[in-house]
This record gives sequence, structure tokens and C-alpha cells, in this order.
Amino acid sequence: MAKILACTDGSIYATSVYEHAAWASKKMGGASVHVLHMLNPHHEEPLTSDFSGSLGFGARTALLEELVELEAVNARVAQKRGQAILDDAELKLKQFGVTDFVTNQKHGKLSEEIEEYERSADLVVIGKRGNNANFETGHLGSNLERVIRSCQHPVLVASRAFASMQSFVIAFDGGASSQKAVEYIAAHPLLQSMRCYLLHVGQGNSELESALAKAESTLTEAGFEVAIEHRSGEPEEVINKVVEDGKIDLLVMGAYGHSKIRRLIVGSTTSAMIRTVQIPVLLFR
Amino acid sequence: MTDTKYFQEWFSNPRRDIIAGTVVALALIPEAIAFSIIAGVDPKVGLYASFCIAVVIAFVGGRPGMISAATGAMAVLLVGLVRDHGLEYLLPATILTGILQIIAGALKLGNLMRFVSRSVVTGFVNALAIIIFMAQLPQFHDQGLLMYGMVAAGLGIIYGLPRVTTAVPSPLVCIIVLTAVSMSLGLDSTLNTVGDMGSLPSTLPIFLMPDVPLNLETLQIILPYAVSLAIVGLLESLMTSTIVDDFTDTESNKNLECTGQGISNIVAGFFGGMAGCAMIGQSVINVQSGGRGRLSTFAAGVILLILIVVMGDLVSQIPMAALVAVMIMVSIGTFSWSSIKNLKVHHLTSSIVMIVTVLTTVLTHNLAKGVGAGVLLSSLFFAYKVSRLLKIDSELEVSKTARTYKVSGQLFFVSASTFAEAFDFREVLESVTIDVSEAHFWDLSAINALDRVVLKFRREGTEVNIVGMNEASQTLVLQVGKYDKEGAELESH
Repeated sequence: MAKILACTDGSIYATSVYEHAAWASKKMGGASVHVLHMLNPHHEEPLTSDFSGSLGFGARTALLEELVELEAVNARVAQKRGQAILDDAELKLKQFGVTDFVTNQKHGKLSEEIEEYERSADLVVIGKRGNNANFETGHLGSNLERVIRSCQHPVLVASRAFASMQSFVIAFDGGASSQKAVEYIAAHPLLQSMRCYLLHVGQGNSELESALAKAESTLTEAGFEVAIEHRSGEPEEVINKVVEDGKIDLLVMGAYGHSKIRRLIVGSTTSAMIRTVQIPVLLFR
Repeated sequence: MTDTKYFQEWFSNPRRDIIAGTVVALALIPEAIAFSIIAGVDPKVGLYASFCIAVVIAFVGGRPGMISAATGAMAVLLVGLVRDHGLEYLLPATILTGILQIIAGALKLGNLMRFVSRSVVTGFVNALAIIIFMAQLPQFHDQGLLMYGMVAAGLGIIYGLPRVTTAVPSPLVCIIVLTAVSMSLGLDSTLNTVGDMGSLPSTLPIFLMPDVPLNLETLQIILPYAVSLAIVGLLESLMTSTIVDDFTDTESNKNLECTGQGISNIVAGFFGGMAGCAMIGQSVINVQSGGRGRLSTFAAGVILLILIVVMGDLVSQIPMAALVAVMIMVSIGTFSWSSIKNLKVHHLTSSIVMIVTVLTTVLTHNLAKGVGAGVLLSSLFFAYKVSRLLKIDSELEVSKTARTYKVSGQLFFVSASTFAEAFDFREVLESVTIDVSEAHFWDLSAINALDRVVLKFRREGTEVNIVGMNEASQTLVLQVGKYDKEGAELESH
């Protein structure tokens, strides 16, 4: 039985995450949905405001007790809130017609622990932005890039609201991860019966042409209706334009194909794409 | 460690870190100055060291939010070196200390901390508090009642002010008020001020090569000091990091911390500072003020230097009484007062270990020796306690010609004699069965004791069967045991 891991934090993207997960579950033949909520470590933001710099008798024990007490209160609140988020998740998933689901909350940071939970899943669904959505606009959800980097399975990045999906575009650069995307799509039921565009941006060459042709035949054999598009320009702009013009509902692309050093200098196309594009993105590593 | 995590360790909490760093810087100045004086060097040696160590450890340490700088524990070890050989040997000793600490980090000696028991840690902390306190006492010498009055007033401010407000650092208020009083009443002619104690830094620290011959003789002079310094520095740093771990409910990298301490000491040595380590009191102040990240340690170092360089003239006017008051506060805050209450509650052996650690340290002025004594004693106590887990029962068979001894527990050098004495060799038996299925043989002494028992029985004409020896014990017996080998004779011991 296929398993979908849906990561939530109760932000405004949460409902959309559940709905995307429900959609994927249906497409994957009733895959079970595991909702994961991480309770972030609370001690990063100190709660005391004692600047007296004075150490009384038994200062260490007193301080430790004070910190534990303060954090215990906050942690209990966070736990309750987390439970409420999961209750909401159950309700929403039922509404969206998912019957097979599990909800779970754990202590820790999603970006640090995702590997462990992701291992047993076939697809990961996560919101484009996290809890700080409104004042972090422009930046990606703090977790997202690290989560995607840690995942071996495809990651579906949910947009703010779910819309029914009829067509998808594969941003094809001939690289390993975009070929992996093509193979996955051909072999799995997730995107079955949707219209497919194979988009290549930039200069073509014979190597790429043959890769494109191979991708096309793979997809056609799998029963997809495929159209190939060549465009020139900056990948980020072009893909955005194609998405806006073409009534495309889902962007499929390879994630973080380049080296860390290159990313530092020119920035990451992947992050830029996820940030600007208004539709959900399905990423392959 | 990933770069993102490292970034977070720096910048997850910037505002609080900088405020906390400022509060901590004020608590660093008295310790750096006071212990420079005790070590017999100019205050600038301690102050440069504090700056270098705090700034470097912020980058390379394994425990974000912990404060390291020039400390009392290290300074008291340096007294002899500076007195007998001079300042020029202090700097290479500091650098060698750093090298030894890096080696310790590379060899993962941080893991040895598990042998330091809770009681030894408590003893260490208490001894440290006592050393800090005692180091303040010479300041009262020849200063008259006025000094006592000033220190009492300072302590009054330090402990009284937080009851009114916790928004301003009370040590700072103490220093400012006492300095103002001393300057306006002209007390600085009778009372010592910081300026009387030696020169303060007027510039940023500069890189300098140690001015000593690089030969074996130099090494012979500095090595013993460097070894002590390296051990004490790592002990205090690792203990403090455990304390900060508890406060923040986060993990630290102990071996990285060892290496980090080493690097920061090397840097301090090259910039004319003395060796330092983590500070328990100041780290508590940091956490209490909201400091959590690497930035807090960095800020403490930088603000310390700014205060000293920019306001050097004012700093030299600070009466020693104000610094003594702050250091008494640090010593009171460092001391584990609950440990005195716990003397009644805790097991006698724990209390003895704690007290021996304190006494050894206070008498030798060397925390390494105190911890050594404590660890040794707690190991002995532990060995004794485990040795009492040995139980030997026996049962005579109905025929009255055979007996089964059932041994359970731990057999090692401490319990070996108990084991040997548990058998009755005068009893006339045809055969004896020794059931050791519940026992474990740990070492040569245990195997040897078994050998002797078996051979003694054989000499009395008793046949001996040993049953149920577990695999680990068996391996040991096969290697060294004699009873099952041909022509076995009892060795004379």
C-alpha cells in the first residue's frame, strides 16, 4: 500500500496540503495519508527577561527550575495546539474523502527529522510556506529547501489553495533528476490521464533532442498525450509565463540539480521557481 | 554539522544574544583583572585573553551560548610559572595548552567525562567557588575598614537591586556607583583601584611571537604547567557545557568543544593573553539574561574589548572593592549550596568523594588534582560496592559426599578474596560442583581465585566440576586458567 506523508504546521497552507494529499491519495489508488506535525523545539527563544546579571545563592538550580517551569507551560500549550491541528487535519481529510489516514505529532524540527519519516513514504506533501507565511513573503518556508534536499522520494509542494488538476508541465533540462521525473510519471498512476507538456528552456543540442525524444516516447507509451515546447530565455521567467498562459495546473521539475557552490553564486532555480510560480510543484531529486 | 545549523546557532536569537553578551562582558572584566593580578601579570594579559578566547570560541566551540574567557581556575595554576620564569613563558605555555587540548579533542577524550561522577562535579564546582572567593581575600590586605565597607555596599547593590528591577545589570550599577563614590570622595588615594594593579590595554591586541628560546629546556619548563592547564580547562569547559546543555535542553558537541578550547587558547597565546576556559558563573549569567547563541559569546568578547579600550581611563578608576564584590557574587553563584544540605541526605560515599575533591583542590590550588582524587576515590567506592554483589550458597547432596556451590555476582580483583574464603576445604567430599552460571569473571584475579579453589579441592581428593560459565568468562579462563590444564599445580603466591 502506497503511503503519502503530509507535513503540516497548522498554517494557512495546511488545508491545501490536506487537499493535495487527498488528491494524490485518490490518484494513487487510495494510498494512506500520514499527517505529521512537528512540535518545534521551544527553547530557541529564551523566555526570561532577567538582565540583572546577578547570581544569588543556588543560582544554577533556581535558573534551571525557572526555565523548566516556563518551558513546560509553553510546551503544554504547543501540544494542545498541535492536537487541535491534527484534529482539524482528520476532519479535513474525511471531508476530502480520505478514509485511510494516520495523524502523528513529534518533537523536533521537520528539516532535521524528515529523512526518518520520509524513508517509508512514497510521496511527501508539504506547504509552500510555513507558519511565518505572511511576514516571510519572498522567502521560502524556512523548512522547505532543507526538506526537499533531504527527501529521496518525490515532493509535492502545495500552493496556497487547491485547484483541480488537468494538465502538467515538465521543466525538462535533460538532467538526471528530470529524467527521473519522466520515468516516475510514466510508471506511476499519480499523474495518469492528465495532459502533459514537455518544456525545454534555452539552447538545444543534439544530446538534448534525443533525451527529449526519449522522454516523449516513454510518456506516450505510458498513455500520456504529450506536447513538446522549446523556449528561449531565463528558465524562471519562461516557466512562469508558460504556466500563466497555458492553463497549466502543475509544474514538475528536478530539484537542486546544481552544486552548492553554484547555488551560492547564481542562486537556485528550484527555490526561485517554487517561490514565484502560483501552482503546485512536484519535485524530483 | 550543516551550514544551516551553524547559521542558526549564530543568528537564531540576535537581540537577546547581544543584550546578554553585554551583561556578561561586565562580569568578565572583574574576573580577567582580578585573576591577572593573582597570576602576577598585568590586567591587560587577562583582558586580551578574555577577548581572544570569547571571540574565537564563538566560532569554533561546540556549545553555543557558553562563555569562555580568562578564568580563575586557570590563573591559579599560572602563579608558579610567572613567578619563577616570567611572563615570556606564560605565552608559550598557553599555546602548548591549546595544542594539547586540540589533541585531546582529536582523540575524543571528551568521552572520558563519563568517568567524572556527579559528586566529583559538585566538588569541582564548590572548589572553584572557594578558589574564586579566596582569591579575593588578599585584596582586603592593608586596606582597612573602608574596603570592607565598600565591598559590603557593592554586594548590597548587587543583591538588592534585582529586587527592584531586573532590567539593568546590577554588577554594572555596583561598579558605577562605587567608582563615582570613590572618585568624588577622593577615596582612590587610600583604596586600590584597577589602575594601581598594572597596565590596561590601550590598543587592540597585536600578534606577537613568544620571546623564548624554542628548545627542550623551555618545553621542560612549560609542559607540566600546560598539562595541568589543558586538563583543568577541558574539565571546567565540559562541565560547564553540561550545565548549559541542561539549561537550554539542547545537545552540545563535547569533542568539538575540546578542539575549540584549544584553538582559542592558541590564538590567545599569540595575542599576548593567558590560557582560559569556560566559566560556570558567567555562562549562568548569559543564559539567565537570555543568551543562547554563538553571538552572545562573541558579543561578550567584543563589548569587553570596546569597554576597556574606549573607556580605559574610567576603568582604571574603578576601585578594586567593586570588582571584589562582583567576584564574591560569582563565587556565591557558582557554589552549589544545595550540596551542603544534601550531605545529610546523600550516601556517605558520595559526600566523601565530594569533600575530598574540594579539599584536594583547595590545598593544591589545582582543580586537576582535585578531580583526579575524586575520580580515583569514586572508582574505588564503586569497585567495593560492586564486589559486594557476590553471593555464594551451597547445598549438600543427600549422599553427603557431594556439595554444590552456587556462585552469583561479579568476580574481580576486589571480590576475589571473598570468593576464595567462601569454600570449606575441610569438609570431606568426593565431588564438588561449582555453579557459576550467575557469575561473571572479569579479570585475572578472579580466574586465579577460581584456580586456587579448584586446585585446593583436588589436593584434598575432591573432584571438581564447574558448570555454567558464560562465554566471556570462558574465554578468559581458556587464556589464563590452570585448573583444566594438565599437571596443574598450585603456584605459590
